[in-house]
Amino acid sequence: MLYDIFVDPFVQMYQMPDFFLQVLWEGFVAGILYALIALGFVLIFKASGVFNFAQGIMVVFAGLTLVGLHENGVPAFVALGLTIVVMGVLAYGIERVVMRPLVNQPDIILLMATIGLTYFLIGFGEFIFGGEPKRMIAEELWLPTGSTAFEFGERGLVILQHIDIAAAVIAIIMVAALGIFFNKTRIGRALRAVADDHQAALSVGISLNQIWAIVWFAAGLVALATGIMWGARSDVSFALEIVAFKALPVLILGGFTSIPGAIIGGLIIGFGEKIGELYWGGLVGGGIESWLAYIIALIFLLFRPQGLFGEKIIERV
Amino acid sequence: MFYREAGQFKTSYQSDQAMFPILQDRIGMAVILAVAFIVVPLTANDFFLTSIMIPFLVFSLAAIGLNVLTGFCGQLSLGTGAFMGVGAYAAYKLTTIFPDVNVVLFVLISGFFSAGIGAIFGLPSLRIKGLYLAVTTLAAQFFLEWCFIRIPWLYNDNASGAIEVPKREMFGVIVSGAEATPLARYFVVLGITVFIAFLIANVLRGRIGRSWMMIRDMDIAAELMGIRPLQTKLMAFAVSSYICGVAGAMMVFFWLNAAEPSSYSINLSFQILFMVILGGLGSLSGAFLGAAFIWILPVMLKFIPSAIGLEIGAETVEHLTFMVVGGLIIFFLIVEPHGFARLWQIAKQKLRVWPFPY
Amino acid sequence: MNAIVTNEGLPTSEPVTQREVLLKVDNVSLSFGGVKAITDISLDIQKGEIRAIIGPNGAGKTSMLNVINGFYHPQEGTITWRGEERRKMKPYEAASQGIARTFQNVALFKGMTTLDNIMSGRSLKMKKNFFWQLLWRGPAEQEEIEHRRRVEDIIDFLEIQAIRKTPVGKLPYGLQKRVELGRALAMEPELLLLDEPMAGMNLEEKEDMSRFILDVNQEFGTTIALIEHDMGVVMDLSDRVVVLDYGKKIADGPPEEVQASQAVIDAYLGVSH
Repeated sequence: MLYDIFVDPFVQMYQMPDFFLQVLWEGFVAGILYALIALGFVLIFKASGVFNFAQGIMVVFAGLTLVGLHENGVPAFVALGLTIVVMGVLAYGIERVVMRPLVNQPDIILLMATIGLTYFLIGFGEFIFGGEPKRMIAEELWLPTGSTAFEFGERGLVILQHIDIAAAVIAIIMVAALGIFFNKTRIGRALRAVADDHQAALSVGISLNQIWAIVWFAAGLVALATGIMWGARSDVSFALEIVAFKALPVLILGGFTSIPGAIIGGLIIGFGEKIGELYWGGLVGGGIESWLAYIIALIFLLFRPQGLFGEKIIERV
Repeated sequence: MFYREAGQFKTSYQSDQAMFPILQDRIGMAVILAVAFIVVPLTANDFFLTSIMIPFLVFSLAAIGLNVLTGFCGQLSLGTGAFMGVGAYAAYKLTTIFPDVNVVLFVLISGFFSAGIGAIFGLPSLRIKGLYLAVTTLAAQFFLEWCFIRIPWLYNDNASGAIEVPKREMFGVIVSGAEATPLARYFVVLGITVFIAFLIANVLRGRIGRSWMMIRDMDIAAELMGIRPLQTKLMAFAVSSYICGVAGAMMVFFWLNAAEPSSYSINLSFQILFMVILGGLGSLSGAFLGAAFIWILPVMLKFIPSAIGLEIGAETVEHLTFMVVGGLIIFFLIVEPHGFARLWQIAKQKLRVWPFPY
Repeated sequence: MNAIVTNEGLPTSEPVTQREVLLKVDNVSLSFGGVKAITDISLDIQKGEIRAIIGPNGAGKTSMLNVINGFYHPQEGTITWRGEERRKMKPYEAASQGIARTFQNVALFKGMTTLDNIMSGRSLKMKKNFFWQLLWRGPAEQEEIEHRRRVEDIIDFLEIQAIRKTPVGKLPYGLQKRVELGRALAMEPELLLLDEPMAGMNLEEKEDMSRFILDVNQEFGTTIALIEHDMGVVMDLSDRVVVLDYGKKIADGPPEEVQASQAVIDAYLGVSH
């Protein structure tokens, strides 16, 4: 038993490096997708202190809208443009109907409101586009779909899906763009000001409502990108919702306000989960992917309650 | 005018500290109990009992359980569904191992298993607060759900992977299993719910309830006043999980007859959380109001379209239900973030000064 | 007036040096990362006195109180409580040893009524376990009533009968401070730490609060350590004053002496370095 836990997996990793590399790559891609969802959370949390539970659903909703429009005869890129518009309208609507009336309420109330939003979007999305899974229109959007095999002499081969590579590249571009947006533009500065102190930001003439609409829109765009990438790997359906919960442990690891934290947290969870499932999962009957991420986050929290990048909390009275 | 306590003087601290110090409240409570124990059983049909009253009471009890933890002790939990599941599976195992023992007793005992597991998952609460804690309770939710699926021993190796409640009698009346009458189930569920609600109301007004609220309102000050944070929080976790466990066991024994792991999924956790928030955090009566709203509203939504002659597919109704429930949650949070319990208080205040505005 | 005071043998009439030392802090240093909050401070608090800790903002006064009631653990130095050296301990242990405090920014339990807030101060003294609490009738209720009686005494003392059943979040600031004092008193502490009990009060409220502090000290014999910025109040109330500046102790002694100290004047008025 102890051998199975502490020795055997490592022996396997050494003996079959191609399989191990493949697992690492799978973990990497999963991690990128978790990180993208987490990124949407971080954007909104940074600017409004709202823990947006609906981010996962926004991913599905964006994907559904895109696919649904295309199914009804709208050309792929027009559909993409229209989906961006829809996400903009959604962001404005959320700011107007949900966030503005709830300003200054305790965190838990805002959290509940976003869970209510989640329910609403699930019902709304299914009502309009139906509940059955849909295929993502990857080729129509000129995303690569093939795969490349890398050989290692006799030691086997590793297969990389092109869509995964594209996902990684797009994620990197998006993080870079957000970084520039936050640090170099006027709106980015206003955003950071709002994040620090709502009232102080108001007092120097920053419009909270405008900033929030922008942030929700940005989160919507991130959700759309995530939805496309994710949809291309599996299908677009509300089953993704349960996977979207995985963004929560990612946030715990990375901290609620750190963009690099979201990325690194996502990768840790992605790697940990795949390696854990494939090398140790079999010992307890498999399927441990469903909770391993949370347990990793839980154990991590016990030792570093402030997260990976948070500063040590000094309690004051 | 209608609700005026003027002239009701308290001459002892004892009467001032009673559960319902005001006469009108005592009358109101007596009326509610009379309706629940006498009027409903006499008048209700089977459908009303099985589809509305029994689930309503089960969910009320679960909402009370979560309210102890979240509303009174301030620890946010998203693992309620799994803790209810622990109760259900524990009661199932117990009653299949010891078929001769009274099933109601086992339902009450099963809560202790849930309490133990709840306390274990409550351990991180010493160091982790707020939303972070919510995520760790998700760990409990998903881990326990996985256990319900992957450990065949828990469901006696049933091919279906579900637990099916056997026929059990109490005092010669069948109370569980498919043959039990709705009325018998209703009385058992009502009895347990009222009994636990009464006990927990006692705890909440005494030292322990106060220590939970101290932790909730300002944990540092509480600690500096001699409250042991870990002990207090673990107790809240244990008591809360006990109640949820009993509710979960009642759910399968007296309502559903059979349950799969998915019956105790994260969606159940959210449903209970909605009930607590909409009912009002930190209010026992709110737990009942919230449960009534979240459970009865979708049931009504299902019947309204056909009642007014609209032909809508079952799926569409479900989608619409989601939309409406989500929308109403947001609406009520905006109108009154403190829930129905606060609305009721405001209404009482209005009744008190009626017919004058102040 | 004086005659009455001496007849009752109140602490103020005794010579300062002969009193028993209740709490002694020796060479304590406390830092957060690189920031030194307290550097090598020694002070003592004698039984029955009113001890003031003063100093400019950021001098380490509140940190000092936090060290005394176990909320912060100093890196160096020892704390002696009633003649026994105190090990590193949790805040709730300090509370059970008889140290109570109020907070700079009111730290009441906002969701609870005034009565419940003050009752919460009795938590440590209430012992009936969970099962009695479940039953309520009988021992738990008896205990509750017994403590309610003590709490009502405090409510009478602080003249806050009218707001007994009001949630404290709705009270004006001055009353909140008073409730907080009541909550600390309900613990029947040996040592009462008051962190700026008069901050943000108007003159009348200050007068009331001063009266309460003196009454607590004289009627119940409670030792009091207080931080306060209002020098008039400090000089009138306290028996001895310690002055901190940038985490260091710069003066210690009776009010008149401290008032005349050049170091203190420099710290408050600033000198060119």
